Amino acid sequence: MGANKLHVLKGINFHVKEGEMVAIMGSSGSGKSTLLNIIGMLDKLDMGSYTLDGALIKDLDEKKAAQYRNKFLGFIFQSFNLINYKNSLENVSLPLYYQGIPRKIRHEKALHFLEKVGLADWATHLPSELSGGQKQRVAIARALAADPKVLLADEPTGALDTKTSYELMDLIQEINEQGKTILVVTHEIDISKMCKRIVHLKDGVIVKDQYVHQKKAIKHVE
Amino acid sequence: MWNRDRWVEIFETIKRNKLRTILSGFTVALGIFIFVTLFGFGNGLKNAFQQFFLDDATNTISVYSGKTTKPYKGFKSNRSIQFKNEDLTNITEQFPKQIQYITPRITRSGLVSYKTESNLYPVLGVSPGHQFAENTIIESGRYISAQDVKDKTKFAVIGRLVAQDLFGNDPPLGQYIEVIGSAFKVIGVFSDQGGDNEERMLYIPFTTRQQLSGQKDFIDMMIVAFYPEIGYAGALDLENKMRKYLKQKHQINPLDSGGIYLRNISQDLKQNQQFAGVLQLIVTFVGLGTLIAGIIGISNIMVYVIKERTKEIGIRKAIGATPKEVIGMILQESILITIISGYFGLFLGIITLKIIGTRLEDYFIINPYIDVYVAITATIILILFGAIAGYIPAKRAAEIRPIVALRND
Repeated sequence: MGANKLHVLKGINFHVKEGEMVAIMGSSGSGKSTLLNIIGMLDKLDMGSYTLDGALIKDLDEKKAAQYRNKFLGFIFQSFNLINYKNSLENVSLPLYYQGIPRKIRHEKALHFLEKVGLADWATHLPSELSGGQKQRVAIARALAADPKVLLADEPTGALDTKTSYELMDLIQEINEQGKTILVVTHEIDISKMCKRIVHLKDGVIVKDQYVHQKKAIKHVE
Repeated sequence: MWNRDRWVEIFETIKRNKLRTILSGFTVALGIFIFVTLFGFGNGLKNAFQQFFLDDATNTISVYSGKTTKPYKGFKSNRSIQFKNEDLTNITEQFPKQIQYITPRITRSGLVSYKTESNLYPVLGVSPGHQFAENTIIESGRYISAQDVKDKTKFAVIGRLVAQDLFGNDPPLGQYIEVIGSAFKVIGVFSDQGGDNEERMLYIPFTTRQQLSGQKDFIDMMIVAFYPEIGYAGALDLENKMRKYLKQKHQINPLDSGGIYLRNISQDLKQNQQFAGVLQLIVTFVGLGTLIAGIIGISNIMVYVIKERTKEIGIRKAIGATPKEVIGMILQESILITIISGYFGLFLGIITLKIIGTRLEDYFIINPYIDVYVAITATIILILFGAIAGYIPAKRAAEIRPIVALRND
């Protein structure tokens, strides 16, 4: 913050098609998180244009941005960002609350997504009672709950051990198979290899953008 | 605002964040509680003041006689002036528009006895108006009546402590006591807020008193009560006119400062009212001070609460909450807490004042109370300022970009 502007991204031309699973790679300071935040409308761009699902995202006020985020985007953060005083079910149903969906339907839907990430039995547990992997699964269920077009994951495995990371990636791949577009920001090569396309960022520009043969995470989970 | 879902969300938030809720609720309740009790104490102080200083009627002018200090119309100086019964009627006739009632008072001490008990008490000869001039409270029976004065009856109204001294636990009404050698029937028992001395005396008709002492129509002093409507200026005017009239009547040099003396209680009243005004000012100041302290307390708590919730706000915004929803939720929650705890503090404060009642009489606080409207207004002001104090940081928190809010740990 402050008056000084820092140009993190310096000219990026980048297009993602529906159903893709893209890894955004780069060392810290490369601008990968900034890119993801702009895509997620968590941060504002000061130059250029951004089109999501045919709609130009420009000069959004906070209200509009909130509505777009709710409708089009699901977030998965490195630090999970669950609301700590709400249990798993309530955390998952929160995006639905902001869509104005009645309480009962909200809970049914939330439970369905918790089942999908394999945590139906943990519905009434608070985040503090869950392991890191479980927290991230709840976060994924929450990101899926509003049925967004795009899932944005910022270092989703950054706070998890390798085994848990792979289990989580397996879940993300599965979600991708079902048609969701997914963007994963990571600096771990093995995680990026589990995506279908890898974009390398360096000092705010794309240095490499290639489609790769996706490695299935399930093979590493044993 | 009346969205049921919103309320459910708020109640759950409150339930899951007990410490925060208790902390902010406690601040509000304490603020209101202190305000109510301090303000009530101030009022109790005023009550005590009124009881001590405003015991007697405040619309009276006392008229005393004395010795002249200047010769006049052939009379030497140092002449004693004596009021007589005719002075009473003359004054009443002279100032019919201003005077509400007039009563003489003849004070003599005398031996009063009942059976084996006897004691020396002041025995005051009065007329019915004296009851109002002295704010005498009749506990049982009745006061001296105009008929008693006319008939020179041997009736006595005795002070509560006289009854206690002479009769112990026996009922004094209707009993005969000996007053300065004559048998008097007790027709009433009185009490007086003025203290023990004013409850250790007897009242008898002034005409009877005159008969007992053989001074047919002599009067010690007069108490003239004016209509309160004539106000302070009217009272001063009446005082001056009466002085002039009486000096003329008793042939006293108009420039003589002796001879007769008038004491206008309304002058005391004015001083007392000024003192009461200062007390009121102190009470208001204390009230305002506690209110401001309460507002500052609530503001601090609100800023803290919102600081604590910044990350949560970021999360909510990231998953689709609009700033308006975020602000609304936080405000509604804080207003709910302030209303409930505010009224809790109010209730507790009023109960405390009720319990104190007369227990702090030794500290000059009697029956502390607070006007319900004052208390409720203060509560509403606190709630309002709590809301404003919450709104500003909530709005700021809701406007920061989610990514900044999320970084807040």
